[in-house]
Amino acid sequence: MKSLTNRSKVVSDKKMTFMERIYIPAILKGMSITIRHFFSKKATINYPEQKREFSKVYRGQHVLKRDDLGRERCTACGLCAVACPAEAITMVAAERKPGEEHLYREEKYAAIYEINMLRCIFCGDCEDACPKEAIFLTDRIVASDTERKPFIYGKDILLEPLDPQQRIDISARQTEKVIQFKQNKGFAHNK
Amino acid sequence: MPLLKVTIDNIEVEVEAGTTILNAARQIGGSVVPPAMCYYSKLEGSGGKCRTCLVKVAQGSAKDPRPMPKLVASCRTLVQDGMVVQNTTSPEVMEARGAITEFLLLNHPLDCPVCDQAGECHLQDLSYEHGLEETRTVEERRTFEPIDIGDKIKLHMTRCILCYRCVMVADQLTDQRVHGVLGRGDHCEISTHIVKAVDNDFSGNMIDVCPVGALTDQTFRFKSRVWFTKPFDAHRECSKCSGKTVLWMKGDEILRVTGRKDKYGELEEFICNSCRFEHKELNDWTVTGPRVIERHSVISQNHYETTAFSKLKKG
Repeated sequence: MKSLTNRSKVVSDKKMTFMERIYIPAILKGMSITIRHFFSKKATINYPEQKREFSKVYRGQHVLKRDDLGRERCTACGLCAVACPAEAITMVAAERKPGEEHLYREEKYAAIYEINMLRCIFCGDCEDACPKEAIFLTDRIVASDTERKPFIYGKDILLEPLDPQQRIDISARQTEKVIQFKQNKGFAHNK
Repeated sequence: MPLLKVTIDNIEVEVEAGTTILNAARQIGGSVVPPAMCYYSKLEGSGGKCRTCLVKVAQGSAKDPRPMPKLVASCRTLVQDGMVVQNTTSPEVMEARGAITEFLLLNHPLDCPVCDQAGECHLQDLSYEHGLEETRTVEERRTFEPIDIGDKIKLHMTRCILCYRCVMVADQLTDQRVHGVLGRGDHCEISTHIVKAVDNDFSGNMIDVCPVGALTDQTFRFKSRVWFTKPFDAHRECSKCSGKTVLWMKGDEILRVTGRKDKYGELEEFICNSCRFEHKELNDWTVTGPRVIERHSVISQNHYETTAFSKLKKG
């Protein structure tokens, strides 16, 4: 049968010459390749002392943002869940009671918000779908584990800390247009 | 009586005298039908308020072929023999509809993420099709606190577009109306005056006729987004109404009961409050099958089986 490519080689069983039989030239050739690699640039780094620089648009663990006054932005609208191709997001909504205005931005909030990190494919569609700028993907790495249970991240992990010092910066993931819009005080959204 | 010949968007249809342009268009169906926010075929005297159904009459009638000078509300204009109507084929109409949408949204809050009507809201559909991407106004919108009218209905006056449908339901379906429109012009609002409970057996239909999220079901409040629930046709023996409803379920739990709506979002039959609010157990109902939802609706998102079912039904 004629081969499809012309890369195939016919196997020969010819007798080795003396130079081939002493193996030394072949060993030297191999060693020279090995030794050359001692001096070339290394492909690995000493993690965790050294950390590789992430791309600006790296998509890692999610964060549920708070606004400037520390109120939760998420209103449990469910758009992230419906946009999620992996169906990793679930939530239960609740109504804000009088006196909780300092905790939640809108009259509805997510009482339970869970992302199954084993299902998540880090596509960032939830972030695109969010109308409230509540969910963002960050450059934090999702920790590994030996069990499945801890991979269901609830609000305790996802929600950013109230302390202004520990807020998670997501400005790298906002477009120029969004940042400009947010600076315009004319819109009721920014008051 | 001879039938009248009307041409809507180059499609000819013969209708009886006394038919409105909107209903003539509905006889053709499809994209020719103008959207309607306030007109409701089951409610006498409805229509003429929202102006979303404006169309252009290019030829008044066979006898008098002059065009009508302005765009007319198709829900209130009767057809005449030989009338030529332009809806989607007229750029003037499409521009006017965009402007009307912008007007309707002037005071309407952008709280779709919070609103329970989102996903089955006519104003949302309208603005999706004709609305602008950005708000052009910076003025304060008028705001109201949400009011409980009765323990089953929540009124968000902020979202109301003053279509008068709920007032007409109360007028025509029940013998005593206790709510209405107060104030004039810019100050109009639907109210019970002094927070008075609407406790009629059929008051729940106000929720279904409301094209926006101004009147919503308290028992369903924030329970789930519409598109995460699955609708099923169901019926039960009821002494007050036909008992034919749609159950909106999540798993085995009935989250909400509504009447059955046709493709124009109008109820096929009005249902009583007992069916709507008090029967949320699965064994109260005989479930006949999944409700066919239009494929383009967000409600059919992630419901592959209902999509397949609707295909089967169409053949």
